[in-house]
Amino acid sequence: MANAGTLIIGNCQAGVQLASTLRELGDTDPIVLVGEEPHAPYQRPPLSKAFLKGEASADSLTFRTHEFYRDHDIELVPRERIVSITRDAAGGVAVAESGREFPFARLAITTGAVPRRIPFEGSELEGVSYLRTATDAAVLEQKLRAAQDVVVVGGGFIGLEVAAGARASGKTVTVLEAAPRLVGRAVSEQTSAFYLQAHRRRGTTVVLGAQVARFTGEHDRVTGVQLADGTVIPADVVLIGVGVVPRTELAEQLGLAIDNGVVVDSRALASDGLTVAAGDCANLPNPSVTPGGVDRLRLESVQNAVEQAKVAAATLLGRGSDYQTVPWFWSDQADLKLQIAGLSGGHDEVVLRGDPESEKFSVLYYRAGELIAADCVNSPLDFIAVRGALHHGQTVPPSVATDTSVALKKLVSAAPALAQKVMTP
Amino acid sequence: MPTVTYVAHDDSEVTVTGFAGDSVMETAVRNGVPGIVAECGGSLSCATCHVFLCGDSEGVFPPREDLEDDMLDGTAVDREANSRLSCQLRLTDDVAVRVQTPETQV
Repeated sequence: MANAGTLIIGNCQAGVQLASTLRELGDTDPIVLVGEEPHAPYQRPPLSKAFLKGEASADSLTFRTHEFYRDHDIELVPRERIVSITRDAAGGVAVAESGREFPFARLAITTGAVPRRIPFEGSELEGVSYLRTATDAAVLEQKLRAAQDVVVVGGGFIGLEVAAGARASGKTVTVLEAAPRLVGRAVSEQTSAFYLQAHRRRGTTVVLGAQVARFTGEHDRVTGVQLADGTVIPADVVLIGVGVVPRTELAEQLGLAIDNGVVVDSRALASDGLTVAAGDCANLPNPSVTPGGVDRLRLESVQNAVEQAKVAAATLLGRGSDYQTVPWFWSDQADLKLQIAGLSGGHDEVVLRGDPESEKFSVLYYRAGELIAADCVNSPLDFIAVRGALHHGQTVPPSVATDTSVALKKLVSAAPALAQKVMTP
Repeated sequence: MPTVTYVAHDDSEVTVTGFAGDSVMETAVRNGVPGIVAECGGSLSCATCHVFLCGDSEGVFPPREDLEDDMLDGTAVDREANSRLSCQLRLTDDVAVRVQTPETQV
């Protein structure tokens, strides 16, 4: 049988990186990158930021030129949704909804995630939106242009980015968050409290502990969001941003272990020992350079999509090495640049550096006296310093970290205990 | 049309034709030039598009602004006098630019 090469399912950031890295590593076998979206792979982060403001077009967000795919012999197949798949150790075949078959010798799953849907009454009304793809963003941009009252359900990054953009263009904006604080999954209480105030200062109404009961509508169009206490908040557009669910249907068909994502090892290898998975769809061992914290997690970030995909590509070629990194994330809301370095889970001490009132500060997280992460608001230098320190197993003593008269990078020092732990296998 | 020559750490070279208005970073990424990561897509958040400008190319671009200068302190390979973040280097008509990429960006 002719070498069927590598099939990558999911034409996204991780998929493109996987294909590119295979070529960089010298792989000359066929590579097919298949996905259901109509576009060539593109950057998603700007969709909730510049794109909604009309400052970016779908074309400007594409990762690679068509010439790149041609010159590197990567076959890009858009508009094909893979619905069934079988494989054995020698390879297999994936079948699209259209009936088209994609044989493969090696398989990579980069299927990403889809927005979590909550079956509120009225969810089918025109004007109720989700945001994940460029198509979603184009539709939302149109709806927002004509809207005055905007309600965002979910006070996470996506919701707050969209809320900030809509507010900046003069809309009446309400954010409804079910939890007692904003972005509770990703940042500390201090950072949450800051974002609550910052959005309110800019004129956005934020309701915490909000329980959405249903969406109200007239003539099939949404007109409002009704809360459990009976309050109705008027809405021309509702954006629901309450997290994502990893897409694991194909992995399930292959019998791969699934647990909040496709379970992979530190080399991005799934439980069959053959298939690799990378990006938002993968549940991976905590890759942090810093020891401790949770054992396994999913990482929804550009950085993870890129770096895990590189590891996955090497693994497909039998040259994989353990994935280790300093996870990082960013979110742009209004004129607030948030950068997060490291994973703060399991911290036992928090140090505030700078004054949140000035909208320029960092929250440093410690575990057993060692720096493990930071949320940096309009403080890219702190972010760079922390990311670098974590990479090198260094710390910033909490006692001096508050001194904003000294650049954080000058306060970085070796963390002997930590460095030792990193060296120990 | 502007051109950019990217010289890798191992001295291998690739020359790409770009478009006026695009950055040296975007030109690299769209054409799959290895050596420039650019995780943040050009929003001055990550310092993973570090390059060293070669020879005459230093005079082609306006000088660094403060934030770029600060971010360069956080690059994976230490900065030098000719270091720039390539997301901040906008190409203009018919320039020919030559940059060296560092051994690693992360």
